[in-house]
Amino acid sequence: MKRAFPILAIVTAVLLAYALYQALVVAPTDAQQGDVYRIIYYHVPSAWTAFLLFFINFIASVRYLADGKPSTRQAAKWIAVAVGVAGAVAAFVIPLPGGIRPSAIATTVLAIPVFYFLLGKYFPGEKLDVLAVTTAEVGVVFCTIVLVTGPIWARPVWGIWWAPGDIRLTSTLVLWLIYVSYLILRRFSDSAQTQKLAAALAVFGALDVPLVYFSIWFFRTQHPQPVIGGGGSMDPKMLDVLMISWTAFLFFAFLVCWSRYRLEILRREVEQAHAMQSLSGADSSVSISSPAVSTRGSQ
Amino acid sequence: MNAIKFLYAAYIVTWLIHVLYIGTIVHRFSRLRREMKEFKRK
Repeated sequence: MKRAFPILAIVTAVLLAYALYQALVVAPTDAQQGDVYRIIYYHVPSAWTAFLLFFINFIASVRYLADGKPSTRQAAKWIAVAVGVAGAVAAFVIPLPGGIRPSAIATTVLAIPVFYFLLGKYFPGEKLDVLAVTTAEVGVVFCTIVLVTGPIWARPVWGIWWAPGDIRLTSTLVLWLIYVSYLILRRFSDSAQTQKLAAALAVFGALDVPLVYFSIWFFRTQHPQPVIGGGGSMDPKMLDVLMISWTAFLFFAFLVCWSRYRLEILRREVEQAHAMQSLSGADSSVSISSPAVSTRGSQ
Repeated sequence: MNAIKFLYAAYIVTWLIHVLYIGTIVHRFSRLRREMKEFKRK
């Protein structure tokens, strides 16, 4: 496991360098926007990565809340399966707005039960909460990049930095604010219920992700149509480079999440050591008059 | 072309944000490791 990290880091570095070369040199120049369109190779993969991380955060949070009681654990399992199956069927039955592919919706919805069971298996108990905070924090970083590179791209193309009232832009900003408040809650709250409160907030935050994604279909917006998942008419060469770039970003996000996950585990170990130390200190101070407390503290 | 500046700005800002974030992770790691070592020494 210790060897895997540096190997993965090298692979990621090579992939990122290759993606940068593809984005700046190999990808053809856009006929309308010129070279500035190449911002897409960082802007869009960052958005997709942020959405994926918030999705994992959502599933981990739901599972963490559901696993609190045996009865809710059982019910949540069946709800996850029902949502996956019903959503996948509904994607083909219900008429969707032009451009949205039913297969894309079905795949996304089916990912809910798949991730629900995988995360429960590989991240049992408190590890779900560790995963949730990890994906939220790294997701916020990628979402920040989306919000910064978007206006930088908009300025030369639209002539403005920000389109006030635009639903895609505003909902992305709201998404970012929700997850920043999630992190602030976790950072500054000392309550025993913090983890559950944060998990509940994350569930509401994740509801904004579909709004961000589908806003361009349902509302009039300055933001262009999506490049994949329907409606897009991107040059195949450009699409290839975009996929290479996203792959590199996914590797990078995985590497950062791995580091952040280990950091959170270490932080909890240190916190536990602090608690044990203060507990043993308190026990030794009362052990003369109360041996029972001392016995409990030494366990 | 003037627009090319925006392209470079976007790429530079992206990596600046990543580097800053990785920097905070490294900083927090070293602080926690130091604390853990002190605990073990005690």
